[in-house]
Amino acid sequence: MAASSERSPPPFPDSEEPELLEDSDEGADAFTGTSISEMDSPSPDSTRPPKDIFNEPPEDIFSDPLSNINSEPQKKVDTKIPSPSSDEAVDLFSEPLDDDSEVMSSPEVQNPMPDLLNEPVEAPKSDVLGEPPVNNSSSSVKKAVSAELFGDDEDEEDLFKETPKVVTKKPQPSGPPVDVFTEVKSDVKVKPQVKDDPTDLFTEEALTAPAQKPPASSSSSSRTNGVHSEEQDLFSEATVELSLDSPLNDRKKKDAVKPSLSAPAASVASSSSKAPSKTLEELEEEESEDKFDLNISVTNPEKVGDGMNAYMAYKVSTQTSLTMFRSKTFTVRRRFSDFLGLYEKLSEKHSQNGYIVPPPPEKSILGMTKVKVGKEDPSSAEFVERRRAALERYLQRVVSHPSLLQDPDVREFLEKEELPRAVSTQALSGAGFLKMLNKATDAVSKMTIKMNEQDVWFDEKIQDVENEEQHMRKLHVMVESLVNHRKELSGNTAVFAKSVAMLGSSEDNTALSRALSQLAEVEDRIEQLHQEQASNDFFTFSELLADYIRLLGAVKGCFDQRMKAWQRWQDAENMLQKKREAEAKLLWANKPDKLQQAKDEIAEWEAKVTQYEREFERISATVRKEVIRFDKEKARDFKRQIVKYLESLLNSQQQLIKYWEAFLPEAKAIA
Amino acid sequence: MTSISEDSDKEKVRSVSVDLNNDASLVIDIPDALCERDKVKFTIHIKTTLSSFQKSEFSVPRQHEDFIWLHDTIVETEEYAGLIIPPAPPKPDFEGPREKMHKLGEGESSMTKEEYAKMKQELEAEYLAVFKKTVQVHEVFLQRLSSHPMFRKDRNFQIFLEYDQDLTVRRKNAKEMFGGFFKNMVKSADEVLISGVKEVDEFFEQEKIFLLDYSSKIKDATAKAEKMTRSHKNVADDYNHISGAMNSIAADNNTAFKKHLEKCAEVFEKLRKLEDRVASDQELKLTELLRYYTRDIQAAKDLLYRRARALADYENSNKTLDKARLKGKDIAQAEENQKQCLRKFDKLSESGKKELTSFKARRVVAFRKNLIEMTELEIKHAKNSMSLLQGSIEILNSN
Repeated sequence: MAASSERSPPPFPDSEEPELLEDSDEGADAFTGTSISEMDSPSPDSTRPPKDIFNEPPEDIFSDPLSNINSEPQKKVDTKIPSPSSDEAVDLFSEPLDDDSEVMSSPEVQNPMPDLLNEPVEAPKSDVLGEPPVNNSSSSVKKAVSAELFGDDEDEEDLFKETPKVVTKKPQPSGPPVDVFTEVKSDVKVKPQVKDDPTDLFTEEALTAPAQKPPASSSSSSRTNGVHSEEQDLFSEATVELSLDSPLNDRKKKDAVKPSLSAPAASVASSSSKAPSKTLEELEEEESEDKFDLNISVTNPEKVGDGMNAYMAYKVSTQTSLTMFRSKTFTVRRRFSDFLGLYEKLSEKHSQNGYIVPPPPEKSILGMTKVKVGKEDPSSAEFVERRRAALERYLQRVVSHPSLLQDPDVREFLEKEELPRAVSTQALSGAGFLKMLNKATDAVSKMTIKMNEQDVWFDEKIQDVENEEQHMRKLHVMVESLVNHRKELSGNTAVFAKSVAMLGSSEDNTALSRALSQLAEVEDRIEQLHQEQASNDFFTFSELLADYIRLLGAVKGCFDQRMKAWQRWQDAENMLQKKREAEAKLLWANKPDKLQQAKDEIAEWEAKVTQYEREFERISATVRKEVIRFDKEKARDFKRQIVKYLESLLNSQQQLIKYWEAFLPEAKAIA
Repeated sequence: MTSISEDSDKEKVRSVSVDLNNDASLVIDIPDALCERDKVKFTIHIKTTLSSFQKSEFSVPRQHEDFIWLHDTIVETEEYAGLIIPPAPPKPDFEGPREKMHKLGEGESSMTKEEYAKMKQELEAEYLAVFKKTVQVHEVFLQRLSSHPMFRKDRNFQIFLEYDQDLTVRRKNAKEMFGGFFKNMVKSADEVLISGVKEVDEFFEQEKIFLLDYSSKIKDATAKAEKMTRSHKNVADDYNHISGAMNSIAADNNTAFKKHLEKCAEVFEKLRKLEDRVASDQELKLTELLRYYTRDIQAAKDLLYRRARALADYENSNKTLDKARLKGKDIAQAEENQKQCLRKFDKLSESGKKELTSFKARRVVAFRKNLIEMTELEIKHAKNSMSLLQGSIEILNSN
């Protein structure tokens, strides 16, 4: 159950979207994690959203049996979670996990949950709650370096760190909780990062029962910690959880209201939430289904505004039979920064879970400036077309990913009429982002030396991807040079055609003169042909490679995420070791008063180690699946594009034959 | 390139830019050539039924410089002033391949094995192309001489063909080189002068205008065609590199991706060969034709120049005769001189007219032949590419 509720965050917001979003954007978004940032950044807002949610949904929850179930276990989970050492809890939760997912769709299954939940509930709530505040108060802990954290805190530290900041609104320190990823981004978008994390954590934890509980409780408590007393904490915990669930309930309600839609929608949602735990085959099936059902095109690039404030808007049309969308065809207008914004949202949420989030095309200041200046030259037209095509491919890649397709932000992007302006992307050009990514990669690759890779598969794959990227870059350079040389050839052919025409006009033999001017015409046509082929070289071939160079970067990012998870686990392992040594010392020094505390700490760290280990295993599994999926997708994509490219070459040759065959009688007529 | 293609190229070579009498009495070809550093040694093979030769079939070794010597002696022979003297073959230019060779040597350490192999392939192809072209122009020069009723009887030509050792012709010394340069200066200055001379003959007036115009046009077209074929070669080279890069990606892979890449690499490799052929056939059929006629037209212009010179001489001799008559002395000598000049001029005009007419016919025939051949080759290559692409697309789609 916990799992289901935890995982649900991605699915729910979309369903809630129509209702909640429409009247209170902020509150609704808060839970998707994206727009939370917007509301949280101003300090007064932060308290508001929960309230809103609280006010609205509770009724639903209680009125709705389903929601009850959901919300109840949630609460219990939360409260119980704090118990750091409760092994039983772990077991209990890990077992029913499978059922959980079903719980969502089928109410009968709920039974096991309450039982499980009942047992651990009494656990040392107070402990947990008591400590976190300490953390918060001393939340000068600005760096997420795990070592520090481990020193004075307990399990939920990471979580606490992240969340407290949200509450206390110290965006700066909040930034880098352990994750390289967030660190990287923190420069750019400190606040949104922080807010997203909680949700992410939830989803992450969802997989492993023990892991998931602590974050939920901790985050919720910490949230309130800054503002409220402990008692309130409990309360707020509940509210937060409730609010989290509420959208779910909303959806259920809606489903009930629209029976026709409900069944498939629910199944889609549940399947999506289950996706990570699915087998590969299932994944593939899903993929292919999605492929057939969703057709996205980006068209009609249009300049909006004048001067340096001008921007390009694109028409994003979707055609689908998927029931999770409100209609079969719909169209929205989006600007480039919206696409970047979508990527950032997705990347924040999913890349740390080991998903390969397709990167969007890079920002090009030079290209855009030309467009802005409004010169109607071919290069700016080419730029616009290039970007349009790249954005289309980008969106297609996003929706072809079964998990990303389920993301509320994706649906919002495709469906929603008006999108909040993605401000943060302005500072972040694609190139800049890549640079940062590379930096992070470098930093991590230094760690690689320390990480003795146990998994042969990963060991090889990481190396392969590295090599492939390198070779891909080389190939890209070659193809670029082909494009240039063919353009050159086209230009030279045009010049030659002119020259031959002149020669023909000077020729005093009538038949030869005629043949020469015919030859000039043929060469003129061939020049056109070369030009078209050059643009095919570029759009079908070169751009494909550029895409994959970016994608391979994203794959490497996934490996890094996995590495980080491993690092976290190892650090916890070390800390546990230290604690044990400390205990031994205490034993030896015969200080029973401190012994209990030491034991508690050991237990706590043991739990942490298990948690992190599981996390690492989970992310390893995800990355592995993702990479396999990516490889398959890549092979298919490449084949498709290459065939398309070869067809363009074939077409050129056919034209060529036509031109020369028409010329042959002319040549023969020379006498 | 395959031996077959070489053979077929040989066929083309013989007929490239000139229409030759199919006269079996003196057949010359260059079956072999050897490149040693800067020097190219040609083996010239002669088959003849003419009694002026001691043997009926023999071979001699000759260098490029020997050809130049032969050309120069013919140009300097007064007798041939009324003829279009076949243009001398240009100096073998191995600059392109040599540069590539240099790059190859330099980059050997930094290149992968595949890249090195690809580069070597390109180098070999380019070297062969240049080599073939060089042999061709030298051969054509000799064939032009042998097919001309006057030149074939030339003494120096016979020596060139028959002397069975190295000719080791004396290189021009610095003074002569300078002399040649000076002569050229005078000639071009004269040309300006002569173009001012009033032409008495309508035919030559027309011919002069045409040749001057045509010469500049064809020069331009040649340069443009060279550029075009060069960039076409670049495209072919890019195919080659792409194929190499694809192979190196495929090497690290073991999924379905690998198969696709390998297939692709293969396609590009084949496309390179085809595209390379297209480029080199264009070069051989079109650029070489234009190049040759740029030189041939220069030779025709030289003829016009010599005739104009003779005309000027004749006019001068007329003036001298007038003066002599006025003064009443040396009349006989002046008359003699005037007659001689007139005779020379008439002779030049007569043979020049014949030569220019036949030159025109020859040019039209050569253009026709080459354009037809080029077109046919273009169609052939395009069809080959087409079937290659079609096949590859099918294979890719099927797996």
